[in-house]
Amino acid sequence: MDFSNKVYADNAATTKMSKTAIAAMLPYLDTCYGNPSSLYELGQAAKEALEAARADMASCIGADPAEIFFTSCGSESDNQAIRSAAHIGALKGKKHIISTAFEHHAVLHTLKKLEKEEGFEVTLLDVHSNGIVAAEEVKAAIRPDTCLVTVMFANNEIGTVQPVKEIGAVCREAGVTFHTDAVQAVGHIPVNVKEQNIDMLSLSAHKFHGPKGIGALYCRRGVRLLPFIDGGAQERGRRAGTENVAEIVAMAAALKEACANMAGNTAKLVALRDKIISALTKIPHSRLNGDRVHRLPGTINMCFEGIEGEGLLLHLDDRGICASSGSACTSGSLDPSHVLLAIGLPHEVAHGSLRISLCEYNTEEDAERIIEAVPEVVAYLRNMSPVWKELERGEKKHLL
Amino acid sequence: MALYSEKVMDHFRNPRNVGEIPDADGIGEVGNARCGDIMKIYLKIKDGVIEDVKFNTFGCGSAIASSSMATELIKGKPLSQALELTNKAVAEALDGLPAHKMHCSVLAEEAIRAAIKDYYDKNGIEYDKSLFPEPDEDEEIHE
Repeated sequence: MDFSNKVYADNAATTKMSKTAIAAMLPYLDTCYGNPSSLYELGQAAKEALEAARADMASCIGADPAEIFFTSCGSESDNQAIRSAAHIGALKGKKHIISTAFEHHAVLHTLKKLEKEEGFEVTLLDVHSNGIVAAEEVKAAIRPDTCLVTVMFANNEIGTVQPVKEIGAVCREAGVTFHTDAVQAVGHIPVNVKEQNIDMLSLSAHKFHGPKGIGALYCRRGVRLLPFIDGGAQERGRRAGTENVAEIVAMAAALKEACANMAGNTAKLVALRDKIISALTKIPHSRLNGDRVHRLPGTINMCFEGIEGEGLLLHLDDRGICASSGSACTSGSLDPSHVLLAIGLPHEVAHGSLRISLCEYNTEEDAERIIEAVPEVVAYLRNMSPVWKELERGEKKHLL
Repeated sequence: MALYSEKVMDHFRNPRNVGEIPDADGIGEVGNARCGDIMKIYLKIKDGVIEDVKFNTFGCGSAIASSSMATELIKGKPLSQALELTNKAVAEALDGLPAHKMHCSVLAEEAIRAAIKDYYDKNGIEYDKSLFPEPDEDEEIHE
């Protein structure tokens, strides 16, 4: 399989592992394979690597090592954080949760279940047309029986960055636990749980050039965390199951690298991102989704009127460009992205979306190929679209 | 792309019969932009035979491929045969569609029926009404 000529522009879905992360994990697959719970030297060597990784992870997000719990992925972290805070709240008679309409499904579906099966009440806040939640609106939504506020750090589809520090401050003041799904943010933009008033935070390694199948949950000291998987005493009783040492070590190596290079990566990505945005927004009847400024350095999400996203993706794939139409997690469904609907786009426009998410491995040449291909494919699909023809003949009004 | 068969990809990449027929004898449009699929079929009919057929489609890869395949299957055929075309036949000719994309083949069948009905209506041709049941909006769109 040779994918070397591909333009990989779907880094919000997953990333290529960094060489550093691969090199870091290999010894723990090969020579240092012990179980960290074993007392002999081979086990204890693995334990040391595990704890060193925990310390590295903690320092990258401004936490203490004892506040980091390793999980299998971002979704698991989200599930555990939300259920734990909800169940602890319920013990005190608090069964109200505040979140937003454009969270990842790992959050939304967990909330839906709590609502349906356990009688919790969930308030989903408006994310406005720019895709940004207002801290004052979080404040206004907090009730005496609110046990949890969960708002994502940066949106996975449109890349908008939320005022997490302000939301955290509002929650701290009200004494409500604040969780943030920071899967798209960690390793990409500055995250500091202490400075940003975060009680619980979910992260996932494969979004910052670490391996798939490993994540972490930060839980502030003093905030109780209930186990989601019962069993052995790993992770101080909060997450049973033999630790995935190799991937944990690789995740820490990847995050250290990402944080060390963050300033340089950001400068490079913002330049590439903005070049693509300014070229693609020249396509008539198109729009950039989400706030122009408060966005992740590598994420672009656009809508093109009169076409449907899947055809666009397949034609881009034929030209060697890997992109996405909204979240990869929803690409089995016929409904348009819940994120684009949440920012107020009509269904017919939301169907024609394209997400391009870059990383520091992308080049100027990649950007050029995207800038050349997208307008051609959009024009080609519009030329066979009855919707576009109606718009052009003036039988329907352009929405964009 | 393992999502679709080679046949689907071929008809998606090189769709047959794309376009409009300005003096079409029958036009059928089905689907809904809200739901992400619209198919419009143009027929040129002579002596009860489909002389030419063109389509315009707004939709996913399988919607475009289904339109292309369906138009190929009815081109040059008498109307009676075109009316017998089922969505299953379209899907089979494409070597299958993923379960959640079967509705695309349904749209193709319905677009052709709608175009033939339009031709009958325009020309005052008598037909059996039961051949053209009113499509159920929800069913049509979400299988």
